[in-house]
Amino acid sequence: MTDNPSYDLECLDVSKNFGSIRAVKDVSFDIPSGSFFSILGPSGCGKTTLMRMIAGFEDPSGGDIRIKGKSVLGTPPNKRNVKMVFQHLALFPMMNVYENIAYGLRCNGVGNAEIKRKVHDVLERIALPDVAEREIHQLSGGQKQRIAIARCMVLDPDVLLLDEPLGALDLKLREAMKIELKLLQHQFNTTFVYITHDQSEALVMSDNVAIMNQGEFEQIGTPQELYHHPSTAFVASFVGDSNRWSGVVKSSDSTGGKVETEQGLPMSFSSAGEKTMQEGSRVNIFVRPEFIRTVRAGGGDLQDAAGENRMDGIVDSLLFNGANSRVLVRTGSGELVESDVTLTGENDLKPGEDVHLVWSSKQSMCFADQGKA
Amino acid sequence: MMQNKDIKRLSLYLLFAPFALWIILLVILPHIGMVVLSLKEKIAPRVYEYSFANYLEFLNEPIYWNTLLRTGSMSLLVTALALLIGFPIAYYIAKIAGPRSRGGLFLLCLIPLWVSDLIRAFGWILLLRETGVISNFLLWTGLIGEPVEFLYNDVAVIVGLTYTVILFMIVPLVSTLDGMDNAMIEAGYNLGGSGFTVLRRIIIPYAMPGIVAGCIVTFMLTAGSYLTPILLGGKNSSWFTEQIYNQFITRFNWEGGAAFGMLLLFFTSLVIWLGLKLSGQTLANTVAKS
Amino acid sequence: MHFKTTLAGLLAATMLAGAGSAQAETLRLLTWGSYAPDELIEKFEAEYPDIDVEVTFSNNEEMIAKLRATGGAGFDLAQPSHDRIYAAQLEYDIYKPLDLSKIDTSVMEAKLLDGVKENTTIEGEVYAVPHQWGTSGLMADKTKAPDLKSWADLCNPAYEGKTSMRLKRTILLGTAFSMGEDPFAAYSDLDKYQGILDKVAEKLIECKGNIKAYWKGGDDLSAMMLSGEIVGSETWDSTAYKLFDQNKNIVFVPPKEGALAWIDTFALPRKAKADDAAYKWINFVLRPENVTLMSASTGAIAAVKGGQDLLPEDKKAAVNAAFTAEDIDNLKFFANIPPGVEDMEGKTLEKIKAATGG
Repeated sequence: MTDNPSYDLECLDVSKNFGSIRAVKDVSFDIPSGSFFSILGPSGCGKTTLMRMIAGFEDPSGGDIRIKGKSVLGTPPNKRNVKMVFQHLALFPMMNVYENIAYGLRCNGVGNAEIKRKVHDVLERIALPDVAEREIHQLSGGQKQRIAIARCMVLDPDVLLLDEPLGALDLKLREAMKIELKLLQHQFNTTFVYITHDQSEALVMSDNVAIMNQGEFEQIGTPQELYHHPSTAFVASFVGDSNRWSGVVKSSDSTGGKVETEQGLPMSFSSAGEKTMQEGSRVNIFVRPEFIRTVRAGGGDLQDAAGENRMDGIVDSLLFNGANSRVLVRTGSGELVESDVTLTGENDLKPGEDVHLVWSSKQSMCFADQGKA
Repeated sequence: MMQNKDIKRLSLYLLFAPFALWIILLVILPHIGMVVLSLKEKIAPRVYEYSFANYLEFLNEPIYWNTLLRTGSMSLLVTALALLIGFPIAYYIAKIAGPRSRGGLFLLCLIPLWVSDLIRAFGWILLLRETGVISNFLLWTGLIGEPVEFLYNDVAVIVGLTYTVILFMIVPLVSTLDGMDNAMIEAGYNLGGSGFTVLRRIIIPYAMPGIVAGCIVTFMLTAGSYLTPILLGGKNSSWFTEQIYNQFITRFNWEGGAAFGMLLLFFTSLVIWLGLKLSGQTLANTVAKS
Repeated sequence: MHFKTTLAGLLAATMLAGAGSAQAETLRLLTWGSYAPDELIEKFEAEYPDIDVEVTFSNNEEMIAKLRATGGAGFDLAQPSHDRIYAAQLEYDIYKPLDLSKIDTSVMEAKLLDGVKENTTIEGEVYAVPHQWGTSGLMADKTKAPDLKSWADLCNPAYEGKTSMRLKRTILLGTAFSMGEDPFAAYSDLDKYQGILDKVAEKLIECKGNIKAYWKGGDDLSAMMLSGEIVGSETWDSTAYKLFDQNKNIVFVPPKEGALAWIDTFALPRKAKADDAAYKWINFVLRPENVTLMSASTGAIAAVKGGQDLLPEDKKAAVNAAFTAEDIDNLKFFANIPPGVEDMEGKTLEKIKAATGG
C-alpha cells in the first residue's frame, strides 16, 4: 500500500513529543483520493498537532508522512502541495480578495494573465464572481470562509487541510456552511482533511471520520459505523448521545449476555464484534436515547414495544426541541434516563406520569471497563 | 434630569481640562511665542521690528541650510539603521521569544533609557576613543599596530544616535507584530511563499503602521537630539540643534534661534509628511494606533 | 457667596504661605560649577541660620540667557565674568546697581577692583565687583611638547592631530594676538574687528587638520590630556592645575602673547529679592579663611589682597610652576564686549565649525 498512488495522504506511525509530553502517539491512517476525511476529538487530543505536522509546521518525532505516495519529511511547508484553511482563516487584511487569492500563484511564479484567469475562475466556482476588488473587512463571515478555501484551491492542492474553520461562525451560518463545504469538496474533487471537535460537523460532511483521543486514533470509519458500532467506550460516549450504566457481567456468550447494573437491575446486551465478555468482569453499557421507547404505564402499546430490556420510572421533565424532543425519566433507583419521544401536541407525556422504558438488547452496546471514568 | 446632564458635562470638562491645559500652556503658547520672536529683527539694542530677516538669514547662509540638510539626511540614515536593526529584535521579542523571556528582553531594551543622554554618550566615548576599550582590544589582538581613533567622526555620531533611539523603534514594532496572528505567517508559507516572500508581502505590510510610527518617532528624536551629536561628533560635524543653541546662547540672538527652531519643526514635519505620502500611511493609523 | 468665601480663604492661605517662607530667607546663587562648595555653604548657613542657600551652576552665556528670559528674576546673586556685564546690561537690562557701602571693598586687590568698576559702570552706577580671577592660556605635556609657547603653536604641524582647543571666543582672541593684532583695541571699530575675525577664521580653518577634536568641557579635555591622546591644548588655568596634581609633566603655559585674564564678579540680578543676604555672601566668601576654601574648590585666585598667598599649597605650586612675574605683567584682561560682538564672533565660530579643513 505504500506505493499506492490512490492514497493522497498516508501517515505511518506518526508521533510527536513535546519534551516529555507525547502529543501524538503512533498514528497511522491513509486517505483515498477525493474523499472527505475528518479527525474528530476533544480539544487537546493532538489533532491540531497532527495537522500541523502534515502541513509541515512541526516535524514528527517518529513515523512518516506521505503525500501522493512520496514522503514529505524534510520538505518545508512552502514546498508541500498541502494547503490549509486556518481556524481564523488568516486572510491577509492588507490585500484585497484578488490579491489574497493571487498570492499563492505569484509565489509559484505564475504569469499575470494566467493569474487573472485562475482567480476569476475560482471565484466563479465558489459563486462569488464580483468580490475580487473588495477588501477583506468588507466580506461577510461566509464569504470569508469561501475566499479562504478558494485561496487554497486555486493552487490545486493534493490535500486541503481545514482546521475547525467553522468555529467562529454563528449557528445558522455554520449549518449552511457544512452543506456548502461538502458541495465544494465534491466540486473540486480534492481530498479534504477536516479537523473538528464538533461531531455533527464531522458526521454530516465526512466520508470517513477518525476519532482521536489522547494522541491516539480510537477508531476510523464511516459516520454510520462510528455511530452504530463504536469500537471503544470512548467512541460510544463521544459520538452521539448515550445513556450509560456500569455493571458486572452475569452470563455471556459470543452473541451477547446479561449484566447486573450497579443499581441491581438486570440488563441484556448483544456482543459487539463477536467478542465474548468475561463473566464477572466490570463493563459499561451504552444505550442511545433514540432506541429507548417510552410508553405510558398501563397503556396498551407496551406489547408493541419489543425489547428485552425494560425499566419503570416517572417522567421528570420534557425537553422540547421539535423533532429532536426528549423526555427525562427518573427510574426507581433514582438515575435519569434520556429517551427520544415524538411530541405531537396532543395527548403527550406529562411530568409525573408513570412510564415504562423499553429497548432491545441489540441496542445495548457493552464495553469492558478500562478502569477509568 | 437637567442637573444630571450638567454634572455629566462638568465631569467631562474636568476630564478634558488637564489635556487642554497641557496643550495650551505647554505646546501652543510657547510655539506662538517662538513664531512671534522669530519674526522680530533686531535694529539696535532693545529696538526690534517685525520682518522675515531671520528666515532670510537662514536662506542666504549656506552653512545653515547645509547643516539642516546634513542633520536631516543623517537622521534618515539613523532611522533606517534603527529599523534594520530594530525589526529583527522586535520580531524576535514578539514572535519567537517565549512569553516569559519576552518581559526580560523588553526590559533589556529599556536599560539604556535608565541613564541620561550624557552618561550614554560618555559610555561611547570610553569605548571609541583612541585610548579606549575597542582600540586597546584591537591593539592587544594585534589587528592594528597603533591606537586608532574611532571617536570624533560621523560614524560615531550615527552609532551613538542609533543606540539611543532604537528603543523607540522597537516598542511600536513589537506592539504591532504582537497583534499579528501567527497563522497569517504560516498561511504565507503554506500557500507557497518563501521566507523572503512572507517577510516582504505579509509581515512588513502588516507591520507597516508600526514601522511608520517607529520611523516618525525615531526621526524626530534624532533630528532634535543635541548631546549625542555634540559629544561624539568630530571637529567638522555639526548638528542643527547645535546651531539653535549657538544662536540662543553664544550669539544672544534669540530671534534667529527661534526662527531656526521653527525651521527645524517645518523641515521635520515636511519629511514626515513625505514619508507618509510615499508609504501610503496616515498619522491616524500609525502613531495614533500604537 | 459661597464661592467668594472660598476664594478669600485661598488668598489668605497663599499669603500665609508667602509670609511663612519670607521668614527663612533664601539666597539663590547663579554661579559657576565649583564656585559654591558645600563646605562653605554649610559654614555660611551656620553663621546666618535664617538664610538658605540654593545654587544653580552655569556659565557666562547661560547666566545671561537665564536672566534675559526672566528680565533678571529668579536669582539673587550672579557671577558673570567682568566683560559680560556692560553690554548685557545695555541690551537686556538684567542687573541692578550695587550698593558699595554694603561690601567690604577694602579687602579687595585695588587694581582688580578698579578694573572691574571701570568696566561695569553705567551712568555713574557700579554693577559689579570682582570675586576671583584666572586666565585662559595653553597647557602642554612638557615631555612631549616642550616648545608649545604661543597660541599659534596649536597649529604647528609638529603636533599634528595632537592638539585641541575649545571653539569659543577665547581661541579667536588668542589667535588674533598671535597674528600681531590687538582685538580689544578693535572693539571700538567693529568693521576693523570683522576684518581681524575673518583673518582669524581663515587661520583656524587651515588649522583644523592639526586639531584632534574641539573640547567641550573640562572633563573631556582632561581625559584627552591625561591619556596622552593630545600633548597640548588651549585651556583654563584651573583645569591645567588640576591635571598638574595628577601628572607633574602637564603644566599651564601662559602664551608668549600673554595669557587672557578674566575676572568673575558679583552682580545683582535686576529682580533679586534677597540683596542683604547677597551682600552677606559676598563679604563672607572674601574673608581670608574662606578664600582658601573657595580657591581649593575653584582653582582660581581670589581678587583679594594677597590672593595668591591664600591659595592652597598644591595650587600655589601649580601657579608658581606656570607663571613668572613677567607673565603676570603680560596678562591681557578681557575687554568689555560691546553690543553685537557676540553675534560677529558666533558667526565666525560657526564658519570655522562648518568648514571642512581636514
